Amino acid sequence: MIQIENLVKSFGAKRAVDGISFTVERGEVLGFLGPNGAGKSTTMRMITGFMPPSSGRVKVGGYDVAESPLEAKRLIGYLPENAAAYPDMTVQGFLNFAAELRGLEGGARKKAVNRVIELCFLHSVLRQSIETLSKGYKHRTCLAQALIHDPDVLIMDEPTDGLDPNQKHEVRNLIRELGRNKAIVFSTHILEEVDAACTRAIIIDRGRIVANGTPEELRGMSKLAGAVTLAARGATEEKLAPLGRVERLDGAFRIYPSDKSKAAELAQAVVDLVNHYGWKVEGMYSERGELDEVFRRITLPDTAAK
Amino acid sequence: MRVIRTIVKRELASYFTSPIAYVFLVIFLLMTGFFTFTAGNFFERGEASLAAFFGWHPWVYLVLVPAVGMRLWAEERRSGTLELLLTMPVATWQAIVAKFLASWIFLAVALALTFPAVLTVNVLGDPDNGVIVAGYLGSLFLAGAYLAIACMTSAMTRNQVVAFIVSVVLCLFLILAGFNPVTDLLVRWASPAVVDTVAAFSVVTHFDGFQRGVIDLRDLLFFLSVIGFALFATGVIIRGHRAG
Repeated sequence: MIQIENLVKSFGAKRAVDGISFTVERGEVLGFLGPNGAGKSTTMRMITGFMPPSSGRVKVGGYDVAESPLEAKRLIGYLPENAAAYPDMTVQGFLNFAAELRGLEGGARKKAVNRVIELCFLHSVLRQSIETLSKGYKHRTCLAQALIHDPDVLIMDEPTDGLDPNQKHEVRNLIRELGRNKAIVFSTHILEEVDAACTRAIIIDRGRIVANGTPEELRGMSKLAGAVTLAARGATEEKLAPLGRVERLDGAFRIYPSDKSKAAELAQAVVDLVNHYGWKVEGMYSERGELDEVFRRITLPDTAAK
Repeated sequence: MRVIRTIVKRELASYFTSPIAYVFLVIFLLMTGFFTFTAGNFFERGEASLAAFFGWHPWVYLVLVPAVGMRLWAEERRSGTLELLLTMPVATWQAIVAKFLASWIFLAVALALTFPAVLTVNVLGDPDNGVIVAGYLGSLFLAGAYLAIACMTSAMTRNQVVAFIVSVVLCLFLILAGFNPVTDLLVRWASPAVVDTVAAFSVVTHFDGFQRGVIDLRDLLFFLSVIGFALFATGVIIRGHRAG
């Protein structure tokens, strides 16, 4: 649904987006990660046709955004950063306006508006003007606007920014739900969201893609991935040492596999050792790796250099 | 067309849901009333015409029209709704034309509310109503020209105050180029051809005809080309922001 080839955007001498390419198919939810100022919003603005790229090409549903912007925009629902909406309009008025701009009129418009009101839980604020809404409601109003024409492609810039934990949970569920038959791209810098909602994630830093894979694959890039943490009475560093590199933690040991593909064998070997010496186990985990750590490792050196 | 209609509707509604519209209408009517009847010596003139009324319009609009136009784009940029609007299936020119039309309609409403002046002059005397209609038409185009300029300056900045001041200055140029004290000054050192060229850029020169009841195609063309140029420039400016 979305094809991006070698996308570049420069502002003066600064390259905000520097040669990004990826594709998103129907049924995929792509998480767009990166530190602030990495070029996430700029990329999304180019996908939605708000900004023309300096070079490169964006295709949405087969339409080149630069050449046939209206056709491409019809397929896209967009939630801009900070969920911008006309503050003087009521929620109902705003949704009607969005529906009309999308070419929905009469009964079709009414149906579409009611559908998103249902979907985004907006019943209680329909007649309130948007400036009087709490941040959560304002966000959902703007999200409702993006969903009003049931788009094939959904682009969301930080959809959970400023929401409380319950609302975040709701929005993530909604994204996962919608992702079954749409192509979705959303940006975030909350890593748990990647696990909660994405089928794939891209990490960008300073305008370039530095990692691209499923959340599981990204986590696998962590140094921690496959390590076994053992808290057991009687265990000593020397006895564990033959299995791999051992790190002493507070009341526990962490054993790193010599080779990540041997992670499963390592866990078995630790269990064998425990049985052999008859240690009393208080806790034992096989680490899946932490996205946090991966994120920091691949983006920090660059941001620190700035 | 549907898109333009939808945006026009929204813009008009936004004028009337905020106090701006009412404040503007009251001030506009008070000012035209004051200038016509007090400063314009409407009664002492002893003639059944609205010359005293229309004569002040270039000056009244100078302050009031930029006040209507300043928010058009500056507000959209500041609040981020510009991104929302332009990622809808809406062409930039449609958005520009629609927003301009909405404000122009609003100004037309304000102008229409000055009808008591027409009634007054008809009750007191026997004016040439054709001249009055021409005057209204000219006044509407005059307001449109100012509005298009305000629209352009509004697109330049996200600060409404800056947009207001710049458009007042630009509109002032358009008045002064043909304002008698200024042309008198120019005559002293420039050739008549230069003076005429400068004066040809003035809204006052072109508004004059309408006030006398003459609808000249050249005057209409002047106002339409000011509007066309300023709206085109608006499009270039908006595209320029996004191109970075």
